[in-house]
Amino acid sequence: MDRNQIVQPENIVCKKPTLMNDNNMHYCPGCSHGVVHKLIAEVIEEMGMEDKAVGVSPVGCAVFAYNYIDIDWQEAAHGRAPALATGIKRCWPDRLVFTYQGDGDLACIGTCETIHALNRGENIVIIFVNNAIYGMTGGQMAPTTLIGQKTSTCPYGRDPQLHGYPLKMADIAAQLEGTCYVTRQSVESVASILKAKKALRKAFEASMAGKGSSLVEFVSTCNSGWKLTPAKANEWMKENMFPFYPKGDLKDTTSDK
Amino acid sequence: MAKMKGAIEVNTERCKGCSLCILACPQKVIALANKVNLHGYPYVEAVREEACIGCASCGIVCPDGCITVYRKKVEE
Amino acid sequence: MEKEVVLMKGNEAIAHAAIRCGCDGYFGYPITPQSEVIETLAELKPWETTGMQVVQAESELASIYMVYGAAGAGKRAMTSSSSPGIALMQEGITYMAGAEVPGVFVNVQRGGPGLGTIQPSQGDYFQATRGGGNGDYKVIVLAPNSVQEMADFVDLAFELAFKYRNPAMILSDGVIGQMMEKVVLPPQKPRRTDEEVIRECPWASTGKPKGGRERVVITSLELKPEIMEQRNNALQAKYRQIEENEVRYEQQLMDDAEYAIVAFGSAARLSEKAIEIARQEGIKVGLFRPITLFPFPTRQIAALAESKKGILVVEINAGQMVQDVRLAVNGRIPVEQFGRLGGIVPEPEEIVEALRNSILTKA
Repeated sequence: MDRNQIVQPENIVCKKPTLMNDNNMHYCPGCSHGVVHKLIAEVIEEMGMEDKAVGVSPVGCAVFAYNYIDIDWQEAAHGRAPALATGIKRCWPDRLVFTYQGDGDLACIGTCETIHALNRGENIVIIFVNNAIYGMTGGQMAPTTLIGQKTSTCPYGRDPQLHGYPLKMADIAAQLEGTCYVTRQSVESVASILKAKKALRKAFEASMAGKGSSLVEFVSTCNSGWKLTPAKANEWMKENMFPFYPKGDLKDTTSDK
Repeated sequence: MAKMKGAIEVNTERCKGCSLCILACPQKVIALANKVNLHGYPYVEAVREEACIGCASCGIVCPDGCITVYRKKVEE
Repeated sequence: MEKEVVLMKGNEAIAHAAIRCGCDGYFGYPITPQSEVIETLAELKPWETTGMQVVQAESELASIYMVYGAAGAGKRAMTSSSSPGIALMQEGITYMAGAEVPGVFVNVQRGGPGLGTIQPSQGDYFQATRGGGNGDYKVIVLAPNSVQEMADFVDLAFELAFKYRNPAMILSDGVIGQMMEKVVLPPQKPRRTDEEVIRECPWASTGKPKGGRERVVITSLELKPEIMEQRNNALQAKYRQIEENEVRYEQQLMDDAEYAIVAFGSAARLSEKAIEIARQEGIKVGLFRPITLFPFPTRQIAALAESKKGILVVEINAGQMVQDVRLAVNGRIPVEQFGRLGGIVPEPEEIVEALRNSILTKA
């Protein structure tokens, strides 16, 4: 069989999702953001919700998420995305409304908005890309930075005496009455990506069915901030992040009610 | 068991040479080319495409959606 | 619902007017002296009648951003607070100005600075007109002086906000928020349907139609300086348009007046009484009341310098609007200021005394 027989449109098994446009993404080579963006684009497309989706982008590396996925977007101030999403979803209840936030945005300056939007059970999905560092501003400590992990503002390693402890937002979210689905996923391998996509779809469907709020955490890498190659960053994540931020569903009441 | 033959197309201007596809490929099809694109990134290319089975691991892990994967069943 | 004459507080009038003007969402947080706004809305349950959403947010920060989200999606969304809460909202307001989001908010002013007092003041004039947030921007500012105007200005604020895609505020104070007066409530206007919103607000993030327009991005961020300059110039051009078209003011007893009091909001009501007393003493004084604080009636106040001997600016603060009056008058006639601080509301007699001791001696 020659190549021309294989390279035919009917034989495509994987391609860039159509909802992802042709703008080159500004993320660093190997950044988890790109994979999560792809999943969001694929799921919205497969659900046929392209014309009903409204995303809220954060302040952080993903501030320009609105340049890459071809739906309507709003840019939120740092940490406030869940408040914007609340305003949008309350006034447009038939829209698919989600936020896309990093660890500084969601777990530091935005902790209040995160907890309260989830607690009120707003029918939104909060997407949380947790890479334990502030990437956009040059690699400073984040509320999810691990004990002993080195960043530019804890160059000798995070020390609980000086810096306090890392925050497990998904665990907090799972305690809240208003949440229907809280899960931790990752996107470093084919298997984890396929699982992550299912989780995202479940969350989106739950929000459209009025089941309450969802938090989908993606334990992720920041190879630039961590000063590792993309491949080594994946290894570091598996060895250090996964034990502290274990993957799986922390809460799932989407089949209830 | 049906045999699958695959082929990939890489959008070299979108590729950033992160090499995660190289690691994901079970067939050692992909390698970094000895060239850079207009953005200054080295990009990847299929160097052993005859070994490709179209599993799409490369396309799935690619953070930039650069790879289109084709797969066709080999008729016996 | 037809026109009704009722007796109620200014804060309550805001709530009733919001429902009646077809507001889609109120997102607020309690703070004295304006908590009656959200309390009244909660009691009236508009989500069961017009479908208007009422959410008690977790903070003023969250409130202003809920308004941003809803208004950025083309809906009539508003919040209300008092001075320290409005201070918290400043970031959201500059974001709205930069992203051209037509949010509406009410400030029922109290004494400051800081946590201050729960008593009334007009100490947020600078915050409202100079912008407490960062960057070059303006908010449309309406200053009611009665419960009737509290009711009337809600719809007006929304009309202006959407006309110019600009945040708009109603700058009230604790006197007007808490006092009870007769008010004719406006008739119920239906909330716009989703289709009407999509048609009237093609700039809003309502969901990108399949095969339709380009995606909408509501954002105030632009990293390329050349483009950012263009965006800023466009905003400035918009503000010049607002200044050209939307100035509102009121004059009383100015035809034969030798002196003018310039005052807004509750200070204007007090000044009306002061003018009555002054005229009985033979002082020919009139009232110029700016209703829009941005756009400020600069030209009209400048014109006062042609015919008046002096201006007394009466405002319950340490001297804020007086700066804009002085700029307008440009040194041609004396301009003095009278006010009280700390939440104390001056008596009309104090204003008359200030008139006698300042302008009348200088002019």
